[in-house]
Amino acid sequence: MQITNIEGDTMVAEIDGVRREASLMMLNDEVKVGDYVLIHAGFAISRLDEEEALETLSIMRECLDLSRAPE
Amino acid sequence: MKRSVFEEFRNRDLVRGLAERIRQLAEGRTKPMTFMEVCGTHTMSIYQYGIRTLLPAGVRLISGPGCPVCVTPVGYVDRAVACARLPETITATFGDMMRVPGSSSSLLEERAKGADIRIVYSPLDALSLAERNPGKRVVFLGVGFETTAPTVAATLITARSRRVGNFSVLSAHKTIPVPMRILSSDPDLGIDGFLCPAHVSAVIGADAYRFLAEEHGVPCVVTGFEPADILQGVAMLARQVTEGRSAVENEYSRFVSAGGNAKAQELLSRVFTPADTAWRGLGVIPESGLEIAKEFADFDAEKVVPVRVEESREPAGCLCGEVLKGKIAPADCPLFASACTPEQPVGACMVSSEGSCAAAYKYGQ
Repeated sequence: MQITNIEGDTMVAEIDGVRREASLMMLNDEVKVGDYVLIHAGFAISRLDEEEALETLSIMRECLDLSRAPE
Repeated sequence: MKRSVFEEFRNRDLVRGLAERIRQLAEGRTKPMTFMEVCGTHTMSIYQYGIRTLLPAGVRLISGPGCPVCVTPVGYVDRAVACARLPETITATFGDMMRVPGSSSSLLEERAKGADIRIVYSPLDALSLAERNPGKRVVFLGVGFETTAPTVAATLITARSRRVGNFSVLSAHKTIPVPMRILSSDPDLGIDGFLCPAHVSAVIGADAYRFLAEEHGVPCVVTGFEPADILQGVAMLARQVTEGRSAVENEYSRFVSAGGNAKAQELLSRVFTPADTAWRGLGVIPESGLEIAKEFADFDAEKVVPVRVEESREPAGCLCGEVLKGKIAPADCPLFASACTPEQPVGACMVSSEGSCAAAYKYGQ
């Protein structure tokens, strides 16, 4: 979910029009409005690492190109 | 970052390509590869996206004990029911505990008879209930793995700092790595690798599985929930098997690091102590549960809410325990979809949305 507002130890996040309030007490990373976070039982537990997301996708595509190579 | 990056993990061509990659890896092998997922949300995703139908005959996915409500033994439900029957008591719980059958009743039945049982989304909501109802006792049912337990820990720390005296937690919290080791050594299962949980790993970190890969020779891949994540996880496991190695690999590095969430781990160790605990199907496993630590004993419902609990018995004919060990598929249980349905569940695996039986029933597999 994407953070739309942060106030003290609490944030509001939104996905597909669904809004959720969550505590930041359990989050290790610094976050700002616009960041994506994993939310579990009313707590943000991890912040999305965008570079890693893109890297994972590019590894997937690379594997596919390799596996298609012999054709 | 654009939403399209998230959608990429559901991209049809990517999913097809990854399935083809797995087929190539499995080709020519005489023995099928068996991988277990140990996260209820993975179980759901696998059924929802029909992942099994994309896999070749040489790759078998089995579900493990990843649904927290499902692995919680009937004795806990009985204790929760006994708490709910106490006067001037509000029982707060996540929704999927409501219908889990106890030995002779369930929370849903108790609510119908007048017990004050509230469904909450977060343990903090349960704490607010206690603050708004100072004349009542609020008992929160703490059920869940390493992702949920720190949320309860944070709630208890908050309760202490706000001096809330009428709040307590009945902890059935569990930790997943030790049961994975036990399952990995079961010769009947023949597990060749684990798809490690996503949210749990965000807390405990990918390194938490290293003992499985390094000391027990079981390949482990931490995987996300989208179809491309799961297939890539399977492909990474298949590759380790074909190359004859075992390591921990992290497919879900966008949310999971090697060391995990240090703050959440600190919350866990402040409020909980590792303890032996009973798992449905697996029995008592040493050091696989989380007991509320002595320093927080005044919030431990087991100590501060005295109840008489009836003698517990698992529902007759229910094979939930075998399903949780991956020994049988839901449809192999004689009760599946006949005597046991989501409307009239006999066992916990048919109740929780993360349960294998409920997922198999819903998605018709």
